[in-house]
Amino acid sequence: MADAAKKMEISDEIAIEISGMNKWYGDFHVLRDINLTVQRGERIVICGPSGSGKSTLIRCINRLEEHQKGKIVVDGIELTNDLKKIDEIRREVGMCFQHFNLFPHLTVLENCTLAPIWVRKTPKADAEAVAMKYLERVKIPEQADKYPGQLSGGQQQRVAIARSLCMEPKIMLFDEPTSALDPEMIKEVLEVMVDLAESGMTMLCVTHEMGFARKVANRVIFMDEGQIIEQNSPDQFFDNPKSDRTKLFLSQIIH
Amino acid sequence: MANASKKELLYVRTEMVPQQPPPAGEVGIRKWIWENLLSSMSKFSTVGETISSILMMFLTLFVIWAIYMVVSILYHFALGDAIFTGTDGSFCRPVDNQGKIPLGQNIGACWPFITHRIGQFMNGFYPEAERWRVYLTYILAAALIIPAAMPDAPGKTINSILLFGVFPFVATVLLSGGHMDISASSYTFWAVVFGVLLAVLAVFQIVTKIEGLFMKGAKILAIAAIAIFAILFVLGFDFGLAYIETSKWGGLMLTLVIGLVGIVVSLPLGIILALARRSHMPAVRLVATIFIEVFRGVPLITVLFMSSVMLPLFFPEGVSFDKLIRALIVVALFSSAYMAEVVRGGLQAIPKGQYEGAQALGLSFWQTNNLITMPQALKMVIPGIVNTFIGLFKDTSLVSIIGLFDFLGILDSALQDTKWLAPTNQMTGYLFLAIVYWIFTFSMSRYSMYTENRLHTGHKR
Repeated sequence: MADAAKKMEISDEIAIEISGMNKWYGDFHVLRDINLTVQRGERIVICGPSGSGKSTLIRCINRLEEHQKGKIVVDGIELTNDLKKIDEIRREVGMCFQHFNLFPHLTVLENCTLAPIWVRKTPKADAEAVAMKYLERVKIPEQADKYPGQLSGGQQQRVAIARSLCMEPKIMLFDEPTSALDPEMIKEVLEVMVDLAESGMTMLCVTHEMGFARKVANRVIFMDEGQIIEQNSPDQFFDNPKSDRTKLFLSQIIH
Repeated sequence: MANASKKELLYVRTEMVPQQPPPAGEVGIRKWIWENLLSSMSKFSTVGETISSILMMFLTLFVIWAIYMVVSILYHFALGDAIFTGTDGSFCRPVDNQGKIPLGQNIGACWPFITHRIGQFMNGFYPEAERWRVYLTYILAAALIIPAAMPDAPGKTINSILLFGVFPFVATVLLSGGHMDISASSYTFWAVVFGVLLAVLAVFQIVTKIEGLFMKGAKILAIAAIAIFAILFVLGFDFGLAYIETSKWGGLMLTLVIGLVGIVVSLPLGIILALARRSHMPAVRLVATIFIEVFRGVPLITVLFMSSVMLPLFFPEGVSFDKLIRALIVVALFSSAYMAEVVRGGLQAIPKGQYEGAQALGLSFWQTNNLITMPQALKMVIPGIVNTFIGLFKDTSLVSIIGLFDFLGILDSALQDTKWLAPTNQMTGYLFLAIVYWIFTFSMSRYSMYTENRLHTGHKR
């Protein structure tokens, strides 16, 4: 554990900087005055009630959603309408979705090699070697030639993680990665995520897996009504919540 | 008491049950016969069930009788009472009509009417001495289409280049005779076009300073130029083949030419139109929408008529478009409008997550389209695509109204032949046509089923 903690060191370098960010869906003000600085190596868990804007927040980081006000700087690049910069950021930021979003017409291996081959222009053989390395890391190398539809939910989510890792991203975003899984499969996905955290990856996870938050997060962020209500270290956050809204939320999710 | 209830609740399985084969009545032919034939008419436990069982029995008997009637009528017409030999219509006419069939005998299909002019049914008025060119085109087409349709055949790239890049021109030269009137000015025109493109490229290179842009672009331009000049040369070259004007083309061959050109053009054009209609650029979307709605909203006959009557009004006197080329363009544009909507339907069904998954990986718009969404969309709408193909293939018979003798048109002209007048000619001809059309469309349908199964990659979640 001490060994793992050592590896989970946080550097002073800034990975993501969000300042004064606001977003609207039509008239609806989904994100309000978001200020967040993420250092390299940080593992941040974002939680909050549904509709609180937590998914929208991390989707803004790789421009799946556009923000209207404020500034987002990822890996030293500011997100603007410049498509080139958006592509550059997407290459460095991996993302896992609640519903995996694997490509059903491609095999597991092809899912993993697609982006390296077409975006990074890696030769096919090299891309396949890298893909197998990450499939082994998520413990499903034997499924490489199957199609996503033939795998269980947990296996699919692990493939999705491997697919993102094949681009060797500097930052990983997780959008409720275990919410669509059967209870028996949550653990296998969380194990992969813990392993990833211990290797020093910068991670932002929207999740309600509080065990995971306690184990690997160095910071927990609580959001409601499009705003960051409270953030603290996991121990402090869970054992000693400050705001009433956080207390209410925690009392509702811990049965 | 508490003890007793605890005992009742506790249950622990000590032995797992291995998988066992199903009972005998649940599999194989017995199950099939029972489920599909007998089960619906063997329930008598209530009055309602008894009535329905009896109704089912009558229905079964009626269906058996109906099938028997259809098969026997077809059999007697096409085989039993049919006439298979003869040199003119009198072999198929009763005696009281200067024929040879005794009075009172049933007259079935008059097959000699078909076999006698089978060459015309196949090739229209294409001169007999030159028909080997049509057959050679068929052989070339089969040699290219069959391996293209087999997923495991080797050399897919070269096969596609030959089929879509070379074969159309070879077929044009073979069928028409080539030696087209291509003046020196068309060569000059294309030379100027490529010169201008090269200059534009050079300017781009200087302005943008992208490394290797000029060389890369020049390479593509050179290949395109070679291809165009080769095509011009081949079309203009005198291979010593006699010129056969398109008004002499006809029969099944013409139907296949129009059908295949329509199919090959309408799919890519339909895909482009579908993408354009979903575009975020309003001008592109508007143009695509107008095109689709106009062509889809007007009957094919109207468009064909307009192309032959109205189109010449827009061109200076003396400039005339070949009738066949007009029909080809109209049929291709018409079916691409339908195809566009079929493809758009497929694209609508792609979940948003697929786009997001691709975007998050850094794939560009075209990469996402070509690698992720379009393959899935096309796979989903294979039935719709083949539906459009089949519709198009059958709609080619409408070109007979602008004076082309396609497979249907040639039958109408054959029926005018007084030497071959016979009472069953018309029915024989339509039966023959129906069988041939059906063979083609049914093959398309089966091939589409095969492709659907081949591309099926597990169940979607």
